[in-house]
Parts: sequence; C-alpha cells; structure tokens
Amino acid sequence: MQSPARLAVRRFFRRPAAVIGLVVVAAFVLVAVLAVFVAPFDPIATSWTTIRKAPSWQHWMGTDENGRDVLSRVIHGARASMLAGVVSVAIAAGIGVPTGLLAGFARGKTDMVIGRVADAMLAVPFLVLAIALAAFLGPSLRNAMVAIGVTAAPVFMRVARGATMDAATNEYVEAARALGNPAWRVAVRHVAPNIVAPVIVQATLAIATAIIAEASLSFLGLGQQPPSPSWGSMLNSAQRFLSQAPWLAIFPGAAIFLAVLAFNLVGDGLRDALDPRGK
Amino acid sequence: MGGFLGRRLALVLPTLLLVSILVFGLQQLMPGDPALALAGEERDPLVLAQIRTELMLDRPLAVQYAHWIGRVVQGDLGVSWRIRMPVARLIGEKLPVTAQLGFMAFVIALGIGIPAGIVSAVNRNGFLDYAANIVGLAGLSTPNFWLGIMLILLISVNLGWLPPSGYVSLAEDWRQSLATTIMPAFVLGNAIAAILMRHTRSAMLTAMDQDYVRTARAKGLREWRVVIRHAFRNALVPVVTLGALELGTLLSGAVLTEQVFSIPGFGKLIVDAVFNRDYPVVQGVVLVTATIYVGLNLLADVLYVLINPRLRVA
Amino acid sequence: MRKSLLAAVAVFPMIGVASAQEAPTQTLRIALREDPDLLDPTLARTVMGRIVFAGLCDKLFDIDEKLNIVPQLATGYDWTDGRTLILHLRDGVLFHDGTKMDAASVKYSLERHIATPGSARRAEVDAIDQIAVVDPLTVKLTLKSPNSPLVAQLTDRAGMIVSQKAAEAAGKDFALKPVCAGPFKFAERVAQDRIVLDRFPEYWDAKNIHFARVIYQPITNTATRLANLQAGAIDLTEQVVPSDLEAVRKNPKLKIVESSGLGYQSVTWNTSHGPRAQSPVGQNAMVRKAFELSIDREAAIQVVYAGVYTPTAQAVAASSPYYSPGVKVPARDVAKAKELLKQAGVKLPVTFTMMTPTNSDTMQLAEVMQAMSAEAGFDMKIQATEFASSLDTADRGDFEGYVVAWSGRVDPDGNLFNFVHSTGPLNYGRYANPEVDQWLAQARIETAVPARQALYAKVAAKVAEDQPLMYIYDPKNIVGMSVKVSGFKAVPDGLIRLQGVTKAP
Repeated sequence: MQSPARLAVRRFFRRPAAVIGLVVVAAFVLVAVLAVFVAPFDPIATSWTTIRKAPSWQHWMGTDENGRDVLSRVIHGARASMLAGVVSVAIAAGIGVPTGLLAGFARGKTDMVIGRVADAMLAVPFLVLAIALAAFLGPSLRNAMVAIGVTAAPVFMRVARGATMDAATNEYVEAARALGNPAWRVAVRHVAPNIVAPVIVQATLAIATAIIAEASLSFLGLGQQPPSPSWGSMLNSAQRFLSQAPWLAIFPGAAIFLAVLAFNLVGDGLRDALDPRGK
Repeated sequence: MGGFLGRRLALVLPTLLLVSILVFGLQQLMPGDPALALAGEERDPLVLAQIRTELMLDRPLAVQYAHWIGRVVQGDLGVSWRIRMPVARLIGEKLPVTAQLGFMAFVIALGIGIPAGIVSAVNRNGFLDYAANIVGLAGLSTPNFWLGIMLILLISVNLGWLPPSGYVSLAEDWRQSLATTIMPAFVLGNAIAAILMRHTRSAMLTAMDQDYVRTARAKGLREWRVVIRHAFRNALVPVVTLGALELGTLLSGAVLTEQVFSIPGFGKLIVDAVFNRDYPVVQGVVLVTATIYVGLNLLADVLYVLINPRLRVA
Repeated sequence: MRKSLLAAVAVFPMIGVASAQEAPTQTLRIALREDPDLLDPTLARTVMGRIVFAGLCDKLFDIDEKLNIVPQLATGYDWTDGRTLILHLRDGVLFHDGTKMDAASVKYSLERHIATPGSARRAEVDAIDQIAVVDPLTVKLTLKSPNSPLVAQLTDRAGMIVSQKAAEAAGKDFALKPVCAGPFKFAERVAQDRIVLDRFPEYWDAKNIHFARVIYQPITNTATRLANLQAGAIDLTEQVVPSDLEAVRKNPKLKIVESSGLGYQSVTWNTSHGPRAQSPVGQNAMVRKAFELSIDREAAIQVVYAGVYTPTAQAVAASSPYYSPGVKVPARDVAKAKELLKQAGVKLPVTFTMMTPTNSDTMQLAEVMQAMSAEAGFDMKIQATEFASSLDTADRGDFEGYVVAWSGRVDPDGNLFNFVHSTGPLNYGRYANPEVDQWLAQARIETAVPARQALYAKVAAKVAEDQPLMYIYDPKNIVGMSVKVSGFKAVPDGLIRLQGVTKAP
C-alpha cells in the first residue's frame, strides 16, 4: 500500500512536460538565489561609454540605456519576479484559505458575507484592482506584492471553500463533529488536510499569474524602484528605444514568458497528479 | 428554475453594492489629493479650497458616498472632474471600442481554441494532444503587453504591414478599423484560445464517451463525421458557456493591451483616470464593468442549468 | 519607406467650409503627447490645452520668436501710471457665435477669470482691482499695486477672451462647447481620441489661415507618435522625444523645427519644510553645492536626452532677455565636491532620498545622477512616485529631494516667484531668504527692462549660492512635421500657431 502523496509524486514525474517545467522553475529559483554569483556584471553599475550596445560576446544580451549589462539585470530581475510570485501568493493564500475554510465550514450568514465580498472583488478586473491598490500603497516591490496578494485572495477563498464543503460532508468529519469535538478543532484537524492538494495546485498556477501581474505593475511604474531591475520595469524603459534597441524589450519579456510557462507546466502536472479525476 | 433565477438575482445587487463601496473606499485612501492633481501647474491655495468644496472633498467620506450612490441609483454616473464630460457619455464612447476589440479577440480565440481542442481530444494523449497543450500553455504564459510590444516591433516597425497603434472606428472606415484592431485583438485572444482549447478538449472527451457517439461509431460512420456531427455539437454548448466567463479575463487584459496600442477604450480610460485621480470616471467604469461581469456570470449560470436539467432539481 | 494603411484615411469629409471660392479645403492633423483637460480658458490647467487654445482662442496679446509682446485681440497698451493699464482693442473682431468682441467682452472674460470658483487664472490676474469699459474699444485696468508681469500674463490663457453670450448660456459646460475669437471654432471632442476644430471664416486674420479643419490627436506613447508621423497619419507632432530625433532627421519625408523652451528641469531640495528638511542635503548649502558639482549635466543630457537639451543653472531660460549670463553652469568637479563635503563635516556617504515621478526618462535621469553623485560620496536613494502622489507628497514636505519640471512662463516672474519666494505656493521646500523675497517683489513693481534684469540677476546669483533648487537643463520644443508643412514659426512657448502654416497637397 502506497501513500497517496507518493502516488501523486510518481504520477507527476511520469509527465515529461511537468518535469521540464520543474527543472526550469528550479533553475530560475537557483539563479535568483545565486544572482550575485551568476551575474557576469553588477546589474546597477552604469557605464556612459557603453550605452545601448547590441548583444555581443561580452554582453550576451547587450547593454541598456545606462550602459548596464542586460543579462545581469535579467538575472537579478529573476529575484524580483520569483519573490513577487511566491510572496504575493503566500499573502493571497494566507488571506484566502482561512476565510474560505471559515466560509465553507460555518456556512450560513458567514458564508454569505464572505462570498459576497469575494464576488465583489472578482467582479472588478484583476489588474484594475491591483493598479488601484498599488497606487494607494505607493510604488515599490513590497507594495506591489501586497497589492497582488490581496487582489488574488478571493480565488484562494473560493478554492478553499469548495474543498472544505466537500470535506465537511465526509463521514469521518461528521463523526468527529458528532463526538462533540469543538468546531475549530474539527476544521483544523480533519478538514484542513483535505484542502491542501487543491490549494497547492492553485498556488502554483497563481505564482504564474502573480509574476505577470508584478511585471504589469512595474511596467506601469508601480513596482520595483530604480535602479534595481525587475523584468516589468526593464520592459517599461525599453519601450522608449523600441526601434533603436529592440534587445532591451526582447530578453526581459522572454524571461517572463519562460518563468510563467514553467510554473504553468508544473501547476498542470500537479493538478493531474493530485486530482486524477480531472483527467 | 424561477426560484433558482430569483436566488441568483438576489445575490447580484449586494455584490454590486459591495463593488461600489470597495471602489469608493479604495480610491479615497489613495495618496495624491485629487484637488492638487486637478489644479495643474500653478496652484492657487484659494482655488484649491474652492475645488475641494465643489467636489465635496471636504465632506466626510460617508456623505460623499451617499451623494454619489444616490445619483447612481437615479442613473446618473456623474461628470468627469478632468474634462467635465458626463461619465455615461465617456463610457458610451469607449465601450463600443473595447466591445469591438473583445468581439474580435473572442472570434480569434474560438478560431484557434476550438479546432485545437478537437484535435487534442481526438488524439488523446498522442503527440498532437501534447503539442496543442504546450502551445496553449505558451499562449497563456505570454504577458499581453510584451506580446503587444513584440508584434509592434515585428509587424509595424520592421515589416510595416500594419499601423503600430491608434484606432479608427468601424463607422469611419471598416478596413482601417480592422487594421488597427487586429493586433491587439490577437494579443487578447491568444490567451483565451488556450482556455477555450482546454474546455473544448474536456467537453469533447466527455461527449465521445457517450452512448450515442459509440452508437454512431458502431454504425460505421466515418470518424471525422462522428467527431464533428455528434461529439462536437454536444460539446459546443458548455464550451461557449464557459467561454463567456472569459470575457472578464478579456476586460482585465484590455487594460494593458489598450495602453500598449494606444487604443482609446475602456482599459485606457480607467488607467488614465486612476493616474489623473479622476474619481467619478474610475467609479463609473468599474461599476459598469462589474455589472457586465456579474451579468455574464448570471447568464452563464442560467445557460448551464438550462443545458443540464439535472441541476435544476438540485 | 514604410507603408501604412493609416495614410489612406487622411482625407476626411469636409463640412461647414465657407462659400468663398478660395476657402481652404485641407485638414491638418496634429499629435499631442497627452489628452488636454478642460477646454475653458478660465479652468484649463495643462500645457496640452494651451496648444489646442492656439487654434481656438485668440488672446489680447501674443509673443513672437524673440519673446516680444505683440498685438492680437488688443492692438496696444499704455501704462498711464504704475497702477493703470489701458488696453486698446482691435475693431471688427467676431466670436465664433457671431457676437462682437469688444471692451465689455474683455471685462466679462477677465472678471470670469477672477470670480469663477476653481479658476486656474485667479492668481495670474490677481493684481487687477477694477476693470472699466472706457469705450467699446478701450478697457482700463486699475491694479491693486504695480505689476509688470501682468501684460505677459495676457499673452496666455489669462488673455483669452470668450463670448459672454455663449459662456453665460453654457454655464459650467462651457468647456464642452467653448466659443472664442480664434482662427478655428470648436467642432467635436472625443476624449482621449481627438479634438476637431473647423475654420472660422469670419476670423479677423482669416487670410493667414490655410486649413479647413484641424484635428488634435492625443497619442501618449512616444514610439507610436513617431510611427504615425512616419506613416503620414499625422502631419505634425508637438513633441518629438530626443531619443527619436535621429530617426526623424534621417527620414527625407520629415523635418524638425527646434526652439529653446521657457521651462526647466530641476531638483527641488527640502530645506525647511517639516522634519524631512533635517537631512544633510536640506540643512547645508555646501552639501547641496557638492551634489551639484558631482553632476555632469552635459553628460547626463547626453545619456538621457541624446544631448539635445541645454544645461542650465538658473530658472530663467536662455531665450529670455532676463537670463543672467553671469550665472554659469559649473563644470563637474568631483574633487571639489569631496572637499566641500569634508568642510561641511558630514558623515559619508551622505544618504538621502530623491523623489522622482515615474516617467521613464525622469527615472533614468535620477539613475544617472545617482551614479554620478556616488563618486563624490553621496548615497542617493530613488523613490519613484507616481506623479499625482508626488505632488501631494511634495506639498506636504515629505521629501528630501524632488525631481520636478516646470513648463515655463514668458515673464521671469512666472519661473521664480512661486518657487523661491517664501510665500510661493510651489515653494515645496519652504526656502526663505528675505533678500530674494524683496528683489522678487521689487521686480514685480519695476517696469523698466534694465532695472528688472538687474534684480533678476541678483536673484539668480543668490539662488545659485543657496541652492534651494538645482536647475539641470532647459528643455527644447522639438516639433516634428512632414516636409509638406511649411510656414511654421517656432516660439519658445512651444505652442503650435496655425497662422501662416500651409501644407503642400
């Protein structure tokens, strides 16, 4: 008899696309963590003699409008993006999962109120809400993460609520309740473990969305502060030199694409592995 | 059915009311005194005070909100602070632009997503299924604004085939209108195509397992005929229903896409309004967007129940 | 050459063109970098609005390429004494609604500027105490105190005269259907998309107007603006950004008309506004001087603005007769900067925060200054702040340094008083120097040019010494247009005057 977790892992590794995704994600995380050692140049060291030089042997991705090495900036930008992905999803899950658990478990009026608030937030276009929040908090990477996290919370709330409702109807949960266990205890002990799988899947996919959202906010000037690099803010300044220096726009965008694709592949793989009914 | 619809409708109003409170509250918290943003370069302190009084910025938040929502209930969305145009008129001008963009994006999404989904389902777990899945995910993973920039770079700047941006309305010149909207529509549509493909694939797989499809096969009908005539027809309804929900994604995507292509639509209207602190416009646009979104959700729910009579009882 | 489909739609149906045989039929398309705000001279606040007004509303006076004040709706003026200004009006001028422009309209329009709640003009015409109609073509302005910048104010929006009949009928909605006495009348506005003006056949100077229609199109994205110009979808753009200048110059179908502007880019220091003034940069002029010496303005302009703009160390633009040649741009001197920091006895590195609006060129300028000043011992942090918030933040004094630009005014008073006088509303850092206050006040009273020049020279020297602001560069007006367009005169205020402009078919 194998544990369900081990089964899931085995199923996950049977999917080449998911494995490739995982490898790419691992590579990005590694690059982000070891940026200082991996980057060939200082990402914020300006050089007035090498402004907007095309890719070459020395500068594989060329140099930017301040003569900085684009490759090094993309590498350090991975930090901002990975951080934004993970932290904002942690915030979203931190808000969404407990409220979803509460809504799904308590039902009735509580569910009604939480559900309406989530509906209202979901009814406003994601980016509009994030822009407004980021403008409210002031531009910085930290605030962008908070803005994205808060905006993405209702999705987690819904996932957690649905899973809780499913779990709550299980016999063992009903039994635990019948035995007179306090509600919070039943929720934490018996219901919470059941929502772990769907939340993990949602989190992986949400990281992908959050990376794009951070890039979008930085693109609008509401994210990472200069001179620290972020893929979105690099794209923002690249727009001014689109015809003269296209490489400034190509590489950061390609990095976003790769990272997001990798997270999506992993998320897909996880979903199939953890929830065989879906296939 | 009536009871179901009634229950769903009863949820719409509180949701919209919450949206209005949410938006109103949020923007009042925003830094940047709107009076300062409106006062322009020279800021006469006396005039600043006049602006604050005129716009009721010196009144308690609750009073401002009550005043605004009272008007909204009567169908008056207020007047733009920046250019004094009625918000309803601005929305009336911009909605068709984004609607055209959205419609074209949806057509493109259907055109790519449905065939890809069918191919995937028919080749279940085969190479094509795999390839379509990867391509679809790739579409989903491309940031809209970056794809937009790349398309401008390639098609407009390097090849000179299409105008880089701007917008011409259908009424003015339809060919020109299509030329200015095709790139942004593709940018918006490609992400939705991936989602539609997935819906189509799973709906097709379900349909192909049904008895009537098996029967059709058993009768010796050719495979593609079975797929199109029998399986696809039944798969189409849930796909379109679920697809309608993606219009929300579309509106969100339009925010940046319109910015990149300088298209004067809903997205650009709201981003500019946020940056200019033109609150009546922000409030009006968000409220209308939310209403559309909630309305579409309701429609999708109703359609879903109509299609699946089993759910009606539940 | 790039071909674009947009070029095919340049022809628009003509409506409302006068019957005269020689009535022009062409349309001129002008790109703006932003959508203007209210099209009401009393309430308008943006620079972009002024460009549209150049086609829509004539003013009492205009300025020429050399900043001389020249007649427009007024044919001349006399100071009978320091407090009395007589305006002589042009005869036979009609508003777009057919009513006559006369002394009563001038009185009405000026009073409207003064009394309308939320008027953006109030401060500009605040000196006026009474307005009297002497006869239909003569107006007498009595001032509260002598005020020499007033006539220069009347060359801009404060001098725009509107139809009383139309303004009273429209009330608050006048901005939606403005009626003035300019060469073109308002036809249509679609927000963020276009403003359409049609030729006004009864315009007093109609013989110099060669277009049936002019369309202003806001295009915020600079690359897009350039692409539209290259494709021929627009005839003229009010601004080509420096990084695109080379592309326009190389294009045989396009040309550039440059003129030096009236404004400036600066760093405003918080010297005495609230607790954040307590930084070393705020407290010690020597430290600010050291920062200035650490910056190579020329190189910074080269990097960020393709070397197009002119370095400066004073508020008044080089195009103005009030520019002080004595206040020179100091050359970069890192050694001396370090020396000054040592003398000032501050702890190294000198850490402070520079607030910067989020436009990508301004942020780049901040990055360049950050890198340059680091060599002299500064640790400058950049705090990019979205523009609307930055204004608010600056107003509250919640900053140490603030990169902020000013679009510039014809009279030097407009570039100085509000910024460095202790009571100025735009004096974010609350700089106060009694001498400067006194010179500025005196320059308002003085009417003789040499006397004013002397006063403004003293102000410029003192401000350069105290460094409440570090002026960085004078921007230029870089107007890009099709080679078919001719007759465009570049005036430092950067407006697009349509008189005399023609377009080859």
